[in-house]
Amino acid sequence: MAESKPKPEILAKVDYQPPGDDWMELPVEIRPGTFNYAANPANAKYLDLPHVRKWQPTDDDWQLPENWQEIILEGLHDRLKKYRSLKVFMDICVRCGACADKCHFFLGSGDPKNMPVLRAELLRSVYRRDFTTAGKILGKLAGARPLTPEIIKEWFLYFYQCTECRRCSVFCPYGIDTAEITMMGRELLNSIGLGIDWITTPAANCFRTGNHLGIQPHGFKDSIDFAVEELEEITGIKVDAPINKKGAEILFVSPSADYFASPHYYTLLGYLALFHEIGLDYTWSAYASEGGNFGLFHSADMMKRLNAKIYAEAKRLGVKWILGGECGHMWRVLHQYMDTMNGPADFLDQPVSPITGTRFDHASSTKMVHICEFTADLIANGKLKLDKRRNDNVNVTFHDSCNPARAMGLFDEPRYCIEHACNHFNEMPENTIKEQTFCCGSGSGIGTDENFEMRMRGGFPRANAVKYVHDKHGVNMLACICAIDKATLPPLMEFWVPEVDVCGIHELIGNAMIMKGEKRTTDLRGEPLPGMEESDADESGEVKEVSEDV
Amino acid sequence: MATFEWEDVKIEVDEDGFMEEPDQWNERVALALASTEGVDELTEEHWKLINYLRDYYQKYGIAPMIRKLCKETGFPLKKVYELFPSGPAKGACKVAGLAKPTGCV
Repeated sequence: MAESKPKPEILAKVDYQPPGDDWMELPVEIRPGTFNYAANPANAKYLDLPHVRKWQPTDDDWQLPENWQEIILEGLHDRLKKYRSLKVFMDICVRCGACADKCHFFLGSGDPKNMPVLRAELLRSVYRRDFTTAGKILGKLAGARPLTPEIIKEWFLYFYQCTECRRCSVFCPYGIDTAEITMMGRELLNSIGLGIDWITTPAANCFRTGNHLGIQPHGFKDSIDFAVEELEEITGIKVDAPINKKGAEILFVSPSADYFASPHYYTLLGYLALFHEIGLDYTWSAYASEGGNFGLFHSADMMKRLNAKIYAEAKRLGVKWILGGECGHMWRVLHQYMDTMNGPADFLDQPVSPITGTRFDHASSTKMVHICEFTADLIANGKLKLDKRRNDNVNVTFHDSCNPARAMGLFDEPRYCIEHACNHFNEMPENTIKEQTFCCGSGSGIGTDENFEMRMRGGFPRANAVKYVHDKHGVNMLACICAIDKATLPPLMEFWVPEVDVCGIHELIGNAMIMKGEKRTTDLRGEPLPGMEESDADESGEVKEVSEDV
Repeated sequence: MATFEWEDVKIEVDEDGFMEEPDQWNERVALALASTEGVDELTEEHWKLINYLRDYYQKYGIAPMIRKLCKETGFPLKKVYELFPSGPAKGACKVAGLAKPTGCV
């Protein structure tokens, strides 16, 4: 796109002074750079979504279906009955404001409607008017307001300026999960045909070909074969990467971007090298060729529909258990919903590492283990030979991806992997990592070009913490374990901290791991390993490559 | 969705300027799309990249991995950005008439 992009020095000036007016009176501004395009009608139709039409958020008239109010209020009524949590979250907030300055979108934009409390209030005010006695009688005095088309526009804007990262919920004294409110808001919007394309099209692709990118089985095989060939060029070792192998012990599922985009691809090389080195009996699947689940960002039904293929494929192939790759929101679905939603997976075994014998008890219900847990266990049992010096060109910090951190508490294993693969590791400040981690600003399906300004604003707190460790410790590499991170942190870094590049943990493992019989002079990116550079290679010192985002 | 016109070319494009119907692609269309990317002239190197993408797309219905594109055309990623300033997906794929990759990319 030829449109001019915003400048860091402009976005860094955030005005936190709220406008004087009553928030209910503030107009909704659909401004370029801060919203996402509407769903492509063909893909919405493919998923049998309701009220499909051609529209865009910039249109004055969103062509709402005739009975749109009825649909929304009935939908809200049904969800209040179905989800006790929603009812509690609607009633319980005392508006203490503890969440207000915890949201990366508020911190980066200063827009009061990006305070989690007010984002929830957008829905709560409608709830009060139609579902509480006080609201019915007292109206605005009780914080209630009637549902208007303007409110629908407001919901669309602000429920897609929330990444469902759940940082705010960590600080709420009542434990209100604003992400769940956003999820309900998005479900309601989708029920009147107001979805965004970056969610609808990947979901349709996933339904059609098994992955968000829409890669068909022969394309999947082509990409994996290419990676195998390239790994052989780098290491001198030809690895086996079976696809759809019946009777394999383990099914491996990773996000499709791992076999498409960069820098994700280098993590894929890391997985392949690791599985070969430990002699793992595993298989990829061309059907369950996506770990991610953009259905989570659409509705509970869509999430269930897209997730079903993982257990189905595990059953068809007759594996014992499932191993999952470096993906963020995938783990929210797998860890918190999959076993009850599409299980029980009683046809699978309790996961046990065939290399170390470790039983993964916490995965006894889902039957699915995170690759960082798996690898950390290998390291702890001395099964890998790691030469940290081979990562001496990087000074690493670790970005906890929101979902592995807050939805499954995966804090120690990624760090354990990094510390055993790298000599230089420096943590960002405590209030920006682990359960308090700051979002990349582009998760939950809003990592689009058209939403660029909002992404850079939302990613500002994360980037600020990276800049801190870059300035203080010379950090030049941001490691992460999420495919959305790998896609959206490079442009975020380029915008705010251009000296820092992005990688996955299994790229670092793949670099450090000494493979039996290897002949290696370069890292997985094809750059000379530290200590193996040509002496006259580069007199100007360290120069960062163009970041490989697409 | 909108209609994009350039000289004698008239095509339907999405909000980002990608072709709605990639089957209608031809070399004139490539020139038209290149003009939206700030590429005024398509050199032999541009065509090498475009033709590679077209061939892959015909076989697999999607763009190749970026790494594969670089390796098989012999253009380092930097060079791809020189040829198409918006990069391999948003620049080169657009001009070659491919759909925009979606998901965690």
